[in-house]
Amino acid sequence: MALSSNDISIGQTFEQVLVEDLKRTQLVQYAGASGDYNPLHTDEVFAKEVAGYPTVFAHGMLTMGMTGKLLTDTLGDGMLVRYGGRFTSQVFPGDTLTAQATVESMDTEDGAAVVNLTVATSNQDGVVVFSGSATGRLDA
Amino acid sequence: MAIEQFPVEASHILMFARSIGDPNPIYADRSYAEGTEVGGVIAPPTFVQASAQFDDEYPLRPKPGQPWFGSGKEPTGIKRESSGGGGGGGGLHAEQHYEYHQPLKAGEVLTATAKPGKTWEKEGRRAGKLVFSESIVEYRNPAGELVVTARGVGVRTERPVDS
Repeated sequence: MALSSNDISIGQTFEQVLVEDLKRTQLVQYAGASGDYNPLHTDEVFAKEVAGYPTVFAHGMLTMGMTGKLLTDTLGDGMLVRYGGRFTSQVFPGDTLTAQATVESMDTEDGAAVVNLTVATSNQDGVVVFSGSATGRLDA
Repeated sequence: MAIEQFPVEASHILMFARSIGDPNPIYADRSYAEGTEVGGVIAPPTFVQASAQFDDEYPLRPKPGQPWFGSGKEPTGIKRESSGGGGGGGGLHAEQHYEYHQPLKAGEVLTATAKPGKTWEKEGRRAGKLVFSESIVEYRNPAGELVVTARGVGVRTERPVDS
């Protein structure tokens, strides 16, 4: 299941559609599971009338969590060493998100082979909504 | 923020994995997970964010008898000071970074301690002045070993971000 250095090459890209037509209900689901009940994400009246947004929008951490699926599906379970990034644009209900992870380099850390990836998740208009990097262990 | 007990439970992992749309059985099926190399149900990479559930002081959860800024009869339950209001809920999440020291397994009970990080300002093109602040949270197991280190950056904006 885990990736080996023989399986990959620099510049190789892994891609996954994370969600199509994101539903407000999924934002409610994420609020409940994560415990982040900020009404900006689930309360249309508040988001529009008080905060001045066109509608509710997704938790950045929902996008980062969904993007993590590409990484764990690619690297295998329990192989991530580091994962991080910036929330570069907002994600709204109706959005379709696609994540890409690109092999930047391979290295050794603490005696284990690792791969360094850049990670970018974009919406249906090609706007990057989450941009970051990840490092994962490879099979020996 | 300090959390004395963050029980990492299989049912919570199941619900969290569902909410991020990840059907991987390593998060949901104990007998499958026991047969894998990690040896049991583990948590998805961003799961420690859900430690907010166990933070008594967490401000983004309604609490009985206390004012809540979401809508009820009125669009908000709290008349906020003239803070510009753009963030609405006390700011937005700008960055998040994790370091994984060992797999986070169902059944573990972690502690979380936060250390304040840097604060800095920037003039934004779309949202006026931006104030960033960083916090670092260390999640440890009962043996005191680091399991996950989380570094988050929050931002407060003068105006709503029109993206």
